[in-house]
Amino acid sequence: MTNPHHPTDADPSPTDGTPNPAEGRRMPPRRTDGPDTPPAAADGAPTPLGPPAPDHETDTGGAGGNPNPAEGRPTAPHRPAGLDAHLVVDRGAFSLDIELTAAPGDVLALLGPNGAGKTTALRALAGLVPLTAGHLRLDGTPLERTPPESRPVGVVFQDYLLFPHLSALDNVAFGPRCHGASKSEARAQATEWLTRMGLADHTGAKPRRLSGGQAQRVALARALATSPRLLLLDEPLAALDARTRLEIRAQLRRHLNEFEAVAVLVTHDPLDAMVLADRLVVVEHGRIVQHGTPTDIARRPRTDYIAQLVGLNLYRGHAEGHTVRLDSGPSITTTEALSGPAFVAFPPSAVNLFRERPAGAGARNLWRCEVGGLETHGDQIRADLTGELPLAADLTTVAAAELDLRPGAPVWATVKATQTHAYPA
Amino acid sequence: MTSLDKPAAAGPRTDRPRRRRVGTGARRGVPLPLLVPGLLGLAFLLVPLLALLVRAPWRGLPEQLTSPEVWQALQLSLITATAATAVSLVLGVPLAWLLARTEFPGRGLLRALVTLPLVLPPVVGGVALLLALGRNGIVGKWLDAWFGITLPFTTTGVIIAEAFVAMPFLVISVEGTLRAADPRYEEAATTLGASRFTAFRRVTLPLIAPGIAAGAVLAWARALGEFGATITFAGNFPGRTQTMPLAVYLALQNDPDAAIALSLVLLAVSIAVLAGLRDRWMTAS
Repeated sequence: MTNPHHPTDADPSPTDGTPNPAEGRRMPPRRTDGPDTPPAAADGAPTPLGPPAPDHETDTGGAGGNPNPAEGRPTAPHRPAGLDAHLVVDRGAFSLDIELTAAPGDVLALLGPNGAGKTTALRALAGLVPLTAGHLRLDGTPLERTPPESRPVGVVFQDYLLFPHLSALDNVAFGPRCHGASKSEARAQATEWLTRMGLADHTGAKPRRLSGGQAQRVALARALATSPRLLLLDEPLAALDARTRLEIRAQLRRHLNEFEAVAVLVTHDPLDAMVLADRLVVVEHGRIVQHGTPTDIARRPRTDYIAQLVGLNLYRGHAEGHTVRLDSGPSITTTEALSGPAFVAFPPSAVNLFRERPAGAGARNLWRCEVGGLETHGDQIRADLTGELPLAADLTTVAAAELDLRPGAPVWATVKATQTHAYPA
Repeated sequence: MTSLDKPAAAGPRTDRPRRRRVGTGARRGVPLPLLVPGLLGLAFLLVPLLALLVRAPWRGLPEQLTSPEVWQALQLSLITATAATAVSLVLGVPLAWLLARTEFPGRGLLRALVTLPLVLPPVVGGVALLLALGRNGIVGKWLDAWFGITLPFTTTGVIIAEAFVAMPFLVISVEGTLRAADPRYEEAATTLGASRFTAFRRVTLPLIAPGIAAGAVLAWARALGEFGATITFAGNFPGRTQTMPLAVYLALQNDPDAAIALSLVLLAVSIAVLAGLRDRWMTAS
C-alpha cells in the first residue's frame, strides 16, 4: 500500500519487487532534481537513459514517452512535483472556488452531492471548462492557458465515451497515435495496456460488445496510455451494477496504487471515495467544506451532508468541559473535555429507545422524542426521531416490534457518553 | 469477466425501432370525411406513376434506351449529379459542422439563408447564378478576366447549378446528425491529445457517416432531377449540358415514346434511392 505523502513510494514498476541497489541509488536523485532530468522509466534499467526512450515498460512511468510540455524545457530546479490548483469557475448562478494540492502518487477524491461542482472541477482540470480565475500547475508547469489536447492529463469519463466505431485496441491506441506514435507502435502499446487490464482476449471487440466492467477498464487503459501526469476519473463506478462494482472497485484501487502521478476522482459514493482515495475533499455548493483522510472524515464529519454519508448523528454546539450545549437547546454529555465551539457525533446504533422513562439515573443523555418515520435499513430498522433532539436511531426488527414503534409514538432516547465523540468545530 | 456484467452503455443504439403493426380494428370508425379525401389523395399521387408504367413502350424500350442521345444524356446526368454531390460533400459537411458546433452571432439567420435554396424556385436560382458567375456576373467577370474561365453553358456550369440546388439537402441532413451526436466524444478525443480537427476527422466523421451518406443520396437524387437552374444557367446543349430531365422535356415534343422511356429510367432511380433510405426514413422517427 502506498503512502500518499511519499511520492516515490508509489513507484508501481512490476519489476521492482525485490530491493535493488540500483533502484535505491536511482530513486533519491529523481526526487530531488527531477526537473533537470526527466524521470527515467521505472523499469529497473541500471544504465542512465539519455532522452526518454520509447520504452515499453514506461507505461506507468508517465514522463517516459510523453512529449508533454512540462518535460520539454528546463525549469526552475525546485519545481514542486504534483498538482497545485486553485480552480475558480464563475457561471452566474453557480460558482466554483476550490483549492487542490496533491503529490505524485496521491489519489484524491472529490466527494459531494449532485450539483456541488465536482464534475465542473474535473472538467476545469482537463481544460474542457476555462478557469475564470485562479491557477493550475502540474509538476510546476502552469496549465491555465494550455488547451486540453496539450495537457498531460488523462480522463476516464463517467459513461466512458469509448469511441463506438473503434475496437478496444484502437480506442486505447488513439492517444498514443495523437502523441505522434506510429500505428504499429501505438497498437503495441495498446495491446500491452489491455493485457495488463486483463483484456488480452478483447482487443478486437467493439465497445458495444464489452460488458460494463470491461468498458471501464478499456477507458482506464485509454486514459493511461498517454502517460498522463494527472489522471481524472469522473464517477468511475457509477455506470456499473452492484456486483460488478465490487470487483471493479478492487481492481481500480490496484491500478490507482500503481499509478505514480496524481489521480483525482469524482464521486458521490462515500464507499468508492474511501476505498479508492488517500484523501477526500468534500465539496458542497462549489466550496470545500472538509478535507482529510477517509478515517478522519468518517470519524469527524463537519457538515450534515457528510454526517449523513458516513451514517452519524451530528450536532454543533458550545463545549464546556464534558458538556456540549447545542445551539438548539439540549446538551450532550461527552467523554472528551473541550471548550468553545464543538461538534458531537454518535452513530444511530448507539441510541437506545424506551417507551417509559428509564428508571436508572445512569444515562445522563436522555431526551424525550417522537417517532417521525421508520424505514428498513439493511437488517435493521432506522427510526427518525423528532422532538427535543432530532436524531436517527437503529434498532432490530424485534426491538421495534416490542416497543410498538409507529409514527407519532412518544419515546425516550438515551446515548451513553462513551459512545459519543466530540471535537472542536 | 463474469457473465453478470451489463453491456456497456457507451455507443449509439443500433437496434431498430419495432415496426408498428396496424391492427384489424384500425379501419373501424374511420370517418368518411377523412377516408374519401385521403383515398383520393392517394390515387392522385399514384395514378400518374401508374400511367407512366401503363403507357410505356415496353417493346421498343431496349432500342429507346440504347440510342446515342439517351446514352449521352444519361451519362452526362450521372457524371454531373455525382460531381455535384462531391462538391456538396466537400463544402457542405464543413458548413454543417460550423452551423452545429460553433457559436457566433447571426448563426440562426445564416442557417435560414443556407436552407433558402430548398424553397427557392430553381429558375430563380439559375438567374441568381448567372448574375454571380455569368460572364458579366459579379464574380464571373473576374474569373473571365483573370483566368479566362467561363462557367455558364458548360458542363461545369451544370455541376454548379446542380450543387447550388442540392447542397442544402446535404447540409440540413448532416447538421441534424451532428446535433444528435454526442459532442462529448470530441471532448474525449481532445483529452487524448487530438486537435479539434483530428477529433472531427477520426471520431466525429465516422460517427456521423450514416447521416452524411443519407444526405449525399438525397443531394444526388435532387441533382439528378434538377431542371430549372440547369436550363437557366447552363442551357440545353446535347452532350454538354443536356441532362436527362432536359432531354425528357425536349423529347416530349417530338418523340413522346423516348420521353416516356427516359422518365422510366428516372423513376427507377428514384425508387432505388427511396429503397436505400428506407431504413432511415420509414422506420426511424
